[in-house]
Amino acid sequence: MDKEQEKDYFESLISLEYNFTAGSATTRFLEAIAKGNIVGQKCPKCGAVYVPPRGSCPRDGVPTLEEIQLPDYGCIESFTVVHIPIPGNPIEPPFVSAMIRLDGANISFLHLIQEIALEDIRIGMRVKAVWKPETEWTTSLENIKWFKPTGEVDINPESLKFISS
Amino acid sequence: MKRIGIVGYSQNKIKRDAGSANEVELIMPVVHKVLETTNLTQSHIDFTCSGSCDYLQGAAFAFVEGLNAIQTYPPIKESHVEMDAAWALYESYLRILSGEAEIALVYGFGKSSPGNLDQIMSLQLDPYYVAPLSPDRVNLAGLQANSMIKAGILTREEMYLAISAASRNGLNNPNAIKIDNPSWDEYLMGEIVSSPLTKFDCSPVSDGASAMIIATEDACEKFNLSPVWIDKIGHQVDSANLGFRDLTQVKPVSDLLEKFKIDLSSIDVIESHTQFSHEVVLLSKIFNCSIEEINPSGGPLVGNVMMAAGLDAIGHTFEKLQNHSAKTGLAHAASGPCLQQNLLAYLRCDS
Amino acid sequence: MIPAAVIGIGQTKYDSKRRDVSMPGLIREAIDKAIIQAGVEWQDIDAVVLGKAPDMFEGVMMPELFLADAIGAYNKPLLRVHTAGSVGGSTAIMAATHITSGQYKCVLTVSFEKQSESNATWALSPKYPYTPHINAGAGGYFAPYMREYIRRSKAPEHIGWQVAVKDRRNANLNPLAHLQIPNIDLEMVKNTPMLWEPLRYLESCPSSDGACALVIASKEVAKGKNAAWIKGMSIRSEGTLSAGRDEVNPLAGQMCAKDIYSQAGITNPLKEIDCAEIYVPFSWYEPMWLENLGFAELNQGWKFTDSGKTELSGEIPFNMSGGVLSSNPIGASGMIRFGEAALQVMGLAGEHQVDNANVAMGHAYGGAAQFFAMWIVSSHQ
Repeated sequence: MDKEQEKDYFESLISLEYNFTAGSATTRFLEAIAKGNIVGQKCPKCGAVYVPPRGSCPRDGVPTLEEIQLPDYGCIESFTVVHIPIPGNPIEPPFVSAMIRLDGANISFLHLIQEIALEDIRIGMRVKAVWKPETEWTTSLENIKWFKPTGEVDINPESLKFISS
Repeated sequence: MKRIGIVGYSQNKIKRDAGSANEVELIMPVVHKVLETTNLTQSHIDFTCSGSCDYLQGAAFAFVEGLNAIQTYPPIKESHVEMDAAWALYESYLRILSGEAEIALVYGFGKSSPGNLDQIMSLQLDPYYVAPLSPDRVNLAGLQANSMIKAGILTREEMYLAISAASRNGLNNPNAIKIDNPSWDEYLMGEIVSSPLTKFDCSPVSDGASAMIIATEDACEKFNLSPVWIDKIGHQVDSANLGFRDLTQVKPVSDLLEKFKIDLSSIDVIESHTQFSHEVVLLSKIFNCSIEEINPSGGPLVGNVMMAAGLDAIGHTFEKLQNHSAKTGLAHAASGPCLQQNLLAYLRCDS
Repeated sequence: MIPAAVIGIGQTKYDSKRRDVSMPGLIREAIDKAIIQAGVEWQDIDAVVLGKAPDMFEGVMMPELFLADAIGAYNKPLLRVHTAGSVGGSTAIMAATHITSGQYKCVLTVSFEKQSESNATWALSPKYPYTPHINAGAGGYFAPYMREYIRRSKAPEHIGWQVAVKDRRNANLNPLAHLQIPNIDLEMVKNTPMLWEPLRYLESCPSSDGACALVIASKEVAKGKNAAWIKGMSIRSEGTLSAGRDEVNPLAGQMCAKDIYSQAGITNPLKEIDCAEIYVPFSWYEPMWLENLGFAELNQGWKFTDSGKTELSGEIPFNMSGGVLSSNPIGASGMIRFGEAALQVMGLAGEHQVDNANVAMGHAYGGAAQFFAMWIVSSHQ
């Protein structure tokens, strides 16, 4: 802070600690991912598959109890190249934050894309998870280091449109 | 003016720690239950309003997560107050009066167990003049209790009476937390949290959620619902400056009672949002009823879900009227240090 | 619907750090202006409705409680709305609902954010356990949807720059706007650093301190006053993680717009609405919302921008005040849109006034493009 600021400003940090709870649906997902499995949940009404699951289908307002094993590959629904640092995150920009849509899932989640030149990344590109060594696995989606291209033909993004069952 | 009634209310069993349940898992059961009891579906609801507080969960936009518990396709008319859900009820009431909706769903949820509630609530205070002194919510409640003792309108006996009554009434409330019912001697020896308040005088840290449905008279007829009418409802806030207030009074409540022009002696059931024993005493005096009579559910001393406890006071009052054990009821919700902000709802059954 | 009208609008000077005022001081700057313009007294105010985005932006939980005295809510009903970024809009609607419910005659509503009290990007990028921490603030969240819009519409890159330039040129006509960039042009925007592709620095909103207040009144109170009559208002929400949600062209936005048009008797928004203040925090949201709100056909919105239709003198001026791209106190940004729409139909918008504006639209969105609040105001009752 410069002198001028010091006259009328001071920093007063607020620190609060919380025990974060993931929820029982997400807990089951995390327990599976600790073993290298990706488990989504299916809506009994519209058939949508959610991953990571929160325990509900907001489309229908019902619990999603049926669990579905999902593969660790899918496509890039969309993405951005981030050129600025994230507060509190050591990751070096530029990096790619992508919406990953696993095959068989009806929503995407954010993850990193690596092992490809930034300018070659496309919407619809097929990608596969790159896992950390098994010894480092915990109950976290961070067990996947990032996703990398598979080299398969891109999918048509229109085919990602959800059709209720 | 069109008549609006409460047609259903549901509450989770209150827990000191709801464990791993997330927002969705807290809210969904109460929403489903209240729909079930009214034979309505989510598509009958044309306005939804919730009450919650980001700081309890420790994340910005925590309420957005909660919305995943509700059917939102096709998109719904929905709003959120960063307040107790009693005020979400008030918002819904105005929406219905304005003709925007016929049937509204209200829900409130709070999970206080993950953080240090006393520390968190201190963030409500004036950040320039009061918060730096770090009083927590129990300190401020103690300040109010002491003012009452000094003014000769509160005794330890009365505080004890409020705790015993809450503990006793809580036994008949299946959703209540079981609390200690200390003997008089045990109470006097109780660990002081903030003089004169002992741990017995404070409501337990609680996790839970509640939901309510209100509807117009037309909708009640159409869907065969049995309403308890919201005859009068209003709210008012007091000064934030504690030194500017008479802490032995609750001006907003007195002002609202004056506006309502109701005969207090004719009210069958009163539920108040009183988080400390001295608040029970204070409100029972304002409502002109005995300490044993107020809060037949046990009140917040046997379960105090932040952001839902005010709605619960209204819900418990509704239940008594719905099962015809009472004809008229008065419910009170509060927010802010030392009962700064208050809401009153006067409920009535058709005779 | 019982008629309701805006009779007073007050705004602060928006800036990155309003060090000269406290939170109550900032809010009072807006409230005092609104009350003076409305020509009412404190005792005429029946209730106060306050809106703001997450409390973590200032580090005060439910700040309306400590602000009760400063905002004149003492001894009155006080409501606090929080619907994420759309909150300024939903708060204005909640205040107007006080009037349309028939229960109140004159209501004060205010929304604010003093983002300099904290770090907004931090508050928006929490590190949750168990998930990769790559949520890089609001821009990082919305950028993939803008990229998807570009893919669908095949819009050229310069559209984003054009929106950025147009809104900042408008801001130069609005002395309250935070960003004042006199010599703004496409080259300047194009040469600013890339933040979240496809968004460059000047294609993104600033982080501002500021407040906006409105006085909303019944027909009786508004009688004889310059007023903006509310002809339609509505809100819509959809669940963040709902399957089948189209984040690029959200159904909630389409439905909300249809609702207010039908309330206001509008069948052709492009022809019947004279100007609009639309929540555009990132450049590409102008063409996206042009389509979502029914001004342009699907995938054609960018052609409106390209041909100058959204300029101050265009067919449907968007963000005459400079918009969110020029001033962004998050919790107030929605109410500023609603208030600026009112200023236009009252003929009080000063240098950024659209000639003969009789019908104007205010719009706000929030969350993961899932919460919408909109209204139509008119110079005629």
